[in-house]
Amino acid sequence: MKRKAQLMQGNEACVEGAIAAGMRFFAGYPITPSTEIAEISAEKLPCVGGKFIQMEDEIASMAAIIGASLTGLKSMTATSGPGFSLKQENLGYASISEVPCVVVNVQRGGPSTGLPTSPAQGEIMQARWGTHGDHPVIALTPSSVKETFELTIRAFNLAEKYRMPVILLMDEVIGHMRERVELPEISELEIANRKRPGVSKDAYKPYKADEDLIPPMANFGEGYRYHVTGLVHDETGFPSNSSSVADKLVRRLMDKIETHKDDIIQWEEQNTEDADIVIVSIGGVSRASDTAMKMLRAKGLKVGTFRPITVWPFPEKRLQELAERVKTFVVAEMNLGQMVLEVERIIKDKAEIKRVNKVNGEAVYPEEITAVIEEVL
Amino acid sequence: MPSAIVNEYFRTNKLPQIWCPGCGHGIITRAITVAIDKLGFDRDKICVVSGIGCSSRATGYLDFDTLHTTHGRALAFATGVKLANPEMKVIVITGDGDASAIGGNHFIHACRRNIGITTIVFNNNIYGMTGGQYSPTTPKFDKGTTAPYGNIDKAFDIPTLAAAAGATYVGRSTAYHTNLLISLIENGLKNDGFSLIEAVSSCPTYYGRKNKKGSAVDMLEWQKDHAVNISAASKMTPEALEGKFLIGEFKNSPEPEYTSEYQKIIDRFIKE
Ligand SMILES: Cc1ncc(C[n+]2csc(CCOP(=O)(O)OP(=O)(O)O)c2C)c(N)n1
Ligand code: SF4
Ligand SMILES: [Mg+2]
Repeated sequence: MKRKAQLMQGNEACVEGAIAAGMRFFAGYPITPSTEIAEISAEKLPCVGGKFIQMEDEIASMAAIIGASLTGLKSMTATSGPGFSLKQENLGYASISEVPCVVVNVQRGGPSTGLPTSPAQGEIMQARWGTHGDHPVIALTPSSVKETFELTIRAFNLAEKYRMPVILLMDEVIGHMRERVELPEISELEIANRKRPGVSKDAYKPYKADEDLIPPMANFGEGYRYHVTGLVHDETGFPSNSSSVADKLVRRLMDKIETHKDDIIQWEEQNTEDADIVIVSIGGVSRASDTAMKMLRAKGLKVGTFRPITVWPFPEKRLQELAERVKTFVVAEMNLGQMVLEVERIIKDKAEIKRVNKVNGEAVYPEEITAVIEEVL
Repeated sequence: MPSAIVNEYFRTNKLPQIWCPGCGHGIITRAITVAIDKLGFDRDKICVVSGIGCSSRATGYLDFDTLHTTHGRALAFATGVKLANPEMKVIVITGDGDASAIGGNHFIHACRRNIGITTIVFNNNIYGMTGGQYSPTTPKFDKGTTAPYGNIDKAFDIPTLAAAAGATYVGRSTAYHTNLLISLIENGLKNDGFSLIEAVSSCPTYYGRKNKKGSAVDMLEWQKDHAVNISAASKMTPEALEGKFLIGEFKNSPEPEYTSEYQKIIDRFIKE
């Protein structure tokens, strides 16, 4: 059963997805082009018994969602470029303290205030390395309104399952695009919830991981009376200066995601079976890639597309497989070359790599991709 | 031998604490537990949140749900906890630097919202944890490692700042005046809205040494000799008040609390 089709903006689909996933707390600070996510959350959350708060800045918003999540509410914040920079310190806090939450970044032109109303993809690397220290990252990149709905739910599911912040890395093209979508019934959705402690309150160790490397999570207020800190800590949650404790913790945080990569990583590919040339892109740019591929296929050229849905962790294995056959990869992105660095790292000299880059505040046009490909031939 | 209060409310297996001998922070932390004990709160419904600093390390020793956050951000985390679960009593422990420098913006906004959080600022007039740099409450012309020739910044008066920003319960006491401190914290916790209690602490290791304030005991003596209760101050001449500072209850004017105001919105619009 589907709900009836409706015309919807990407940012609106994000809130619909979040509420469907169980979001009951949102803290944010207005910034174009993500503001609608805060506005719609403010309107809808009280209707489902949830809470919205406009904090004094993005640092506070990130802090508030971590606090809220610790009491058991599924929590989210949304921002764009400058605000994403401000969230970095507490994003790291959520990583080391393993607090599930979702952080939406609707990318706009940068650096600094940059181009507030124009699309960009300048935070691919910031999403990966923006906060200091070694930490795992999951970042999802929707390329349509419907997929924004689906990936927002997935972001919550992954955050809950792996006890970590998950980034929904949108771009202005997707955030502000309107499309007709049919949303599924809530009852049809797969919703994940954090793993709960299976031991007595006295025996509970908040950072003692199970075999899957994920520690079960108690909520504040339930009587477990535990400690949460951004300092390196042992299984009990208390700070430790021991080098072996530090080593064990940071490695477990990384391995928690590394060992579950196959469950996390998603991508989409089209016409790659016989492709000599594959266009690699994410988010709003993928739409231009699709058109470019069709234009070139119509001319008889063997062109395919590869679209990471999880830009982090990057679909490395699949790209390697493709590189065994494909002669040229064309990496198209709204920045001066970020994702291409990852593609180069993975493919090395197994294939030729071409770039399509744009930072003038306009979306990438299909012709700009076809032009680079026609040059190759 | 730890006292009954310590046995009851401290994570005794985490003691001894990291503070230097003679640090005022331990006295203030203990006062918080005495106030909680007097009020008979359900300890499973208490969350203590702190930032970063020597003072903020207190949360590790207290047997409640405790959240040791990032520098300056304790109130923002605490706001999330309180709004998400208004049933909980939320207490914030913070330092002068944590609360009024890096966390100054969160501080005034938490006051303005009148959200149900009781905040205790451990004011030792210095950045203790990082080794004695001047803070927003270091008195003018006093020294810090980053003010080797004397601090030329004007100091914040934290209770005045809180009251002006909208906190509905405001007071100040010292590590020396523990009974007053306990009763202010008790009253602060009884206030539904935002309460701010400044607890004048002492850092003999850095502030004391840099400014030739003598031993830890000398510093407590100084608190005793220079604090004037607000009720007595009104009868004193300006000359007699010269060089003194006020303690006591400065503001007690309850107003609607933030999370209960939000609940009214939910009650009006909820569809389930
Ligand atoms: C973002 C950030 N900046 C700086 C620091 C370093 N730092 C740690 S504690 C502290 C000052 C603490 O002073 P205060 O809040 O007065 O607490 P005290 O140690 O005096 O009790 C500073 C600057 C930090 N941890 N994080
Ligand atoms: S450095 Fe100062 S504030 Fe920190 S523990 Fe020592 S005496 Fe206390
Ligand atoms: Mg201090």
